[in-house]
Amino acid sequence: MFYREAGDFKTSYQQDNQTFPIRFDRYRYYIVLAVAFGIIPFLINDYWANAIMLPFLIYAIAAIGLNILTGYCGQVSLGTGGFMAVGAYACYKLMTAFPEVSMFVHVLLAGGITAIVGVLFGLPSLRIKGFYLAVATLAAQFFLVWLFNRVPWFYNYSASGQINAPERDVFGIIITGPNAPAWATYLFCLIFLTLCAVIARNLTRGTVGRKWMAIRDMDIAAEIIGVNPLKAKLTAFAVSSFFIGVSGALFFAIYLGAVEVGEVFGITKSFLVLFMVIIGGLGSIFGSFAGAAFLVLLPVVLKVVGADMLGWPTDIVAHLQLVIVGALIIVFLILEPHGLAQLWRVAKEKLRLWPFPH
Amino acid sequence: MLDASEGYTTEDGRKIGGVVMEMKNITLRFGGVVAIKDISFDIREGEIRAIIGPNGAGKSSMLNVISGFYIPSEGEVWFHGSKRPQMRPYEVARQGIARTFQNIALFEGMSVLDNVMTGRLTNMKSGLISQALWKGKAEAEEVANREIAEKIIDFLEIQHIRKTPVARLPYGLKKRVELARALAAEPKLLLLDEPMAGMNVEEKEDMSRFILDVNDEFGTTIALIEHDMGVVMDLSDRVVVMDYGKKIGDGTPDEVRNNQDVIDAYLGVAHD
Repeated sequence: MFYREAGDFKTSYQQDNQTFPIRFDRYRYYIVLAVAFGIIPFLINDYWANAIMLPFLIYAIAAIGLNILTGYCGQVSLGTGGFMAVGAYACYKLMTAFPEVSMFVHVLLAGGITAIVGVLFGLPSLRIKGFYLAVATLAAQFFLVWLFNRVPWFYNYSASGQINAPERDVFGIIITGPNAPAWATYLFCLIFLTLCAVIARNLTRGTVGRKWMAIRDMDIAAEIIGVNPLKAKLTAFAVSSFFIGVSGALFFAIYLGAVEVGEVFGITKSFLVLFMVIIGGLGSIFGSFAGAAFLVLLPVVLKVVGADMLGWPTDIVAHLQLVIVGALIIVFLILEPHGLAQLWRVAKEKLRLWPFPH
Repeated sequence: MLDASEGYTTEDGRKIGGVVMEMKNITLRFGGVVAIKDISFDIREGEIRAIIGPNGAGKSSMLNVISGFYIPSEGEVWFHGSKRPQMRPYEVARQGIARTFQNIALFEGMSVLDNVMTGRLTNMKSGLISQALWKGKAEAEEVANREIAEKIIDFLEIQHIRKTPVARLPYGLKKRVELARALAAEPKLLLLDEPMAGMNVEEKEDMSRFILDVNDEFGTTIALIEHDMGVVMDLSDRVVVMDYGKKIGDGTPDEVRNNQDVIDAYLGVAHD
């Protein structure tokens, strides 16, 4: 009824292999893109940008990055916060060293630098798996935060130890600093998210994605059919870290503007992104969006409902959020390990035949 | 030893070519345990070669040596007329050796089609950037290899489950998908580790038919391990018999069947 694929025939492998094979899905995707690019920028104000849209867009990039590594390649990582910090500090150093270069280039380069760092910390993954790899990436998390705190070169010897994003523009429009208009920052992040999502989808439906999933599902069999495990794992670390680096750079330069590394990119950030991936759905690009939207919206909704409408004390609402997230993680791990994305898939299957179930 | 260039003709008139793979004095030890002891045999182009033996004879170990999973302690592996240096399993796969496993080793989280497509991985060489943009080489390569994968899917009659996640399939179909994945690589040598283990008679007949068809249609050289003697004797052109890591017989099914050592190994012999 709401969702049909009858009469939607494929006559070539390209058609069968496209991102949205079902026509209905494809139209919906174009509509979402049109609204995101053509309508929201005219409506957005500072509150919506800073409370909801920017964190959602940026966390979605990070979640896609982590999903590639953990969901597609099966390598658990707790170093997301540390890698985001690498992106942020790389972007900061580039912004201050080359003020005349476009921010697009800086953010992409920051992603590239993070990819290199990610590959370095991914090297142990050839030898260690599962929990032990998680601990190794945890070491990366703490080491990187320590490094950015201790070596003054990274924060340009500023007295506070913080990094502050200087004002930069793209095509004459200011996008960093307090004077940046909400729609410009929104669009800038949206462009990166769209690019990242398309790239992630292309990679995961092709050869590289199959190699990653083969490693995830059974690494011994993967090697027998000709996958070089070291290469496959390291490309996963590189691509994943690239996305996470981009998100870290945007988080610092566009969203926060000033960053104290231990506070912003600490272990809690790693867990937050990991929760997004788990709740959203491991091994699904859509799940990364869903998870990011869910965990960004949850505190906002709780605040509006709990504090503003019901008049509860704010500290209770804040703690309630922790309780709900914790409970949800357990519920999802037990009941639906594939997360919101799987619920969405099941809903689509049902809707396809609604209201006639047989 | 036969000369590498000459072949022989089977009973049913198929021409068997030169030596594809030759195992020379292979010994495999795990600590103090000798799993394979000084075994030599060859596999010829286009033949179906069976390795049989009682439990624990070292058959699977032998297959693992061929597929590069185990490095032999002594002896040499010759493939296509040259000695194979020590290499990792994925390098062996790139040389054109594909295999299936005794206890199915499919990628459970992926669809049947994706599983079969993983068999094409060694032939897909487009770079990361090209794939990220899904333009040019990456897309052309994907379509070209999809065609080959679809041909295999047709051949093994699994079209209807193409998009089904492997985890949902019953055992017999999983075995067939695993064969499809190995075949998709268009291997020069196909290794089958107990392709009929745990199947009922009907499934065994299907699988036997597929194995013969593969050999017939693609001319694929096949080496297989199997416990079902009826199947082995029917399918294979030549048989190696192992017992306690040693080779006790080698020849056509008829020769092997009448070999006293083989009969002793299978039926037991009185010790005095």
